[in-house]
Amino acid sequence: MLDGYQLHLMPVLPMNPAPLRVMLVDDDLERRVLVAGALASAGLVVVAQLGTADGLLRAVSGCTPDVVIIDLESPDRDILENMRCLSRDNPHPVVMFASTSDSNTIREAIEAGVSAYVVDGLSPGRVHSVVEVAIARFRQYASLQGELAAMRTSLAQRKLIDRAKGILMERGRRSESDAYHALRKLAMDQNKTIADIAQGVIDTAELFK
Amino acid sequence: MSPSMPTPELSRLRLGYIPLTDAAPLVVALENGHFEHYGLDVSLSRQPSWATLRDKLGVGHLDGAHLLAPMALACSLGVEGVPQRLVTALSLGLGGNAITVADNLYRDLQAAADGQPVTAAALATVIARRRAAGADPLTFATVYPTSNHTYLLRYWLAAAGIDPDRDLRLVVVPPPQMVQRLRQGDIYGYCVGEPWNTLAVHEGIGCIVAAGHDVWNNAPEKVLAVGAAWAQRYPATHMALICAIVEAARWLDESPEHRLQAARLLAGPAYLNLPVEVIAASLTGQLTIDQRHTRRELADFHVFYRYAANFPWRSHALWMLRQMVRWGQLPAGTNLLAAAHAVYRPDIYRLAVARLGVPLPAVDMKAEGGHRGGWKLGEGTAAVALGADRFIDGAVFDPADVGAKVAN
Repeated sequence: MLDGYQLHLMPVLPMNPAPLRVMLVDDDLERRVLVAGALASAGLVVVAQLGTADGLLRAVSGCTPDVVIIDLESPDRDILENMRCLSRDNPHPVVMFASTSDSNTIREAIEAGVSAYVVDGLSPGRVHSVVEVAIARFRQYASLQGELAAMRTSLAQRKLIDRAKGILMERGRRSESDAYHALRKLAMDQNKTIADIAQGVIDTAELFK
Repeated sequence: MSPSMPTPELSRLRLGYIPLTDAAPLVVALENGHFEHYGLDVSLSRQPSWATLRDKLGVGHLDGAHLLAPMALACSLGVEGVPQRLVTALSLGLGGNAITVADNLYRDLQAAADGQPVTAAALATVIARRRAAGADPLTFATVYPTSNHTYLLRYWLAAAGIDPDRDLRLVVVPPPQMVQRLRQGDIYGYCVGEPWNTLAVHEGIGCIVAAGHDVWNNAPEKVLAVGAAWAQRYPATHMALICAIVEAARWLDESPEHRLQAARLLAGPAYLNLPVEVIAASLTGQLTIDQRHTRRELADFHVFYRYAANFPWRSHALWMLRQMVRWGQLPAGTNLLAAAHAVYRPDIYRLAVARLGVPLPAVDMKAEGGHRGGWKLGEGTAAVALGADRFIDGAVFDPADVGAKVAN
């Protein structure tokens, strides 16, 4: 029985298509590197990476990508929109990824800041997986940026609180933990953040200098 | 706000725009408090490309957009990929575009024109000479495939016997990149909205060879586009938006001083971030067109309110749709009249501005091309003053040819 099934499960060699050729257009170099890396590990060939006004038109005719992944905020998008039109210079019309996809994916892509253009006639499934990789990396990058910003803020706040504690310890002759508790109590009473109260203490101390 | 106006369903709105002088009615409506007057808290969001404007409108990240009039039609017909139903009940003005060429090409054109003013005929001569010499075709740019810049440039070329697809190479370049591309020699000329023509002259690299007005007097340009579903859901908000922008447009056309004030507003870093004089040139109708500082006065370069400029003429929509068919962007069998009716909504405009004392035409279509100067549409007190509407080749576009009823 099992043997029979195994026979069926023998790998039928698929028509192994050549890996898709992807071009990346993004002014954010860090994000571009991140997305390019992810695409390469997904088995795609990243044929070119460029920023805005790096000669997109020439690059497209030179590298013949199957898919162009472009930052939604890039002004070069309209250049690609024009390539949707058949012309002497552009015998293979490009279609916007959106026209091969469902509205949910379109929304996801726009929210992540990704847009994509593909050579007409590619299987939607193959293109979809490329776009999904890009969406995931754009999102990851955005959340990393968010975390970094939050870390920077909290670091700055901690410095403020330390300075305010120092002032209270020096002028009010309190222990470090008393100074901290005093700040926290005032923050709760006034419905403010400890950092706000700390800033107030620092500002007041400046007045008495 | 007028007490009889219904309260807007939404108070906070985001409108997208592209950095161009013809975004003036939106900027003035915000800066001079017209939006506020109608109970709207509007933020204007500068967008990097027409495609991004369209996509953000589609997913609701923007409530409305300063959009190329043909693009609103093309989106609804699916020319832009996924069909996206948009409507417009407000034209943001007439004119505002020009055709600019690189200074070196301008010198060739002047030589070909042999002492006469430079026209597309001179370009035809230069193209023929270049072809005979085995040179590559010249590359010209417009801002978007479905734009009046594309149609005006193609019309100007075709009227002089130039085949835009055979004799030239046409590409798309975003407006803020035009001047840089011209300087780098990637393109030899372009059709774009102001201030991107004047800027090329100002920077010493380009010359303006024609205003959009020369190709079609008082041609339609941008519209306020919103989603069809949005318009249905928020009718009072839509009407309040229209009223606020019409009041801003009226203010813009009240005096040259107001045009100068608008230039100062637009010059700010939040909007165009360019020298005031570069923006003021076209706004005051005092253009400098070449490197010899030749001046050209054109009072109707931008029309924001006069000549019923805010009325969304379905005949304008039909002309643009005919251009799409002419240049192969739309199949010949497309029902143009149905598209013009679905996207262009003069009915909403009439309802919105009923209380503003704005001159209102009684019809939605007119023949285009028959008037060399100002004229009156309608009779007696209902007569509406309209501007010249001549085409460069003297043709008349009669919407009746597309099966539409027209006023004479």
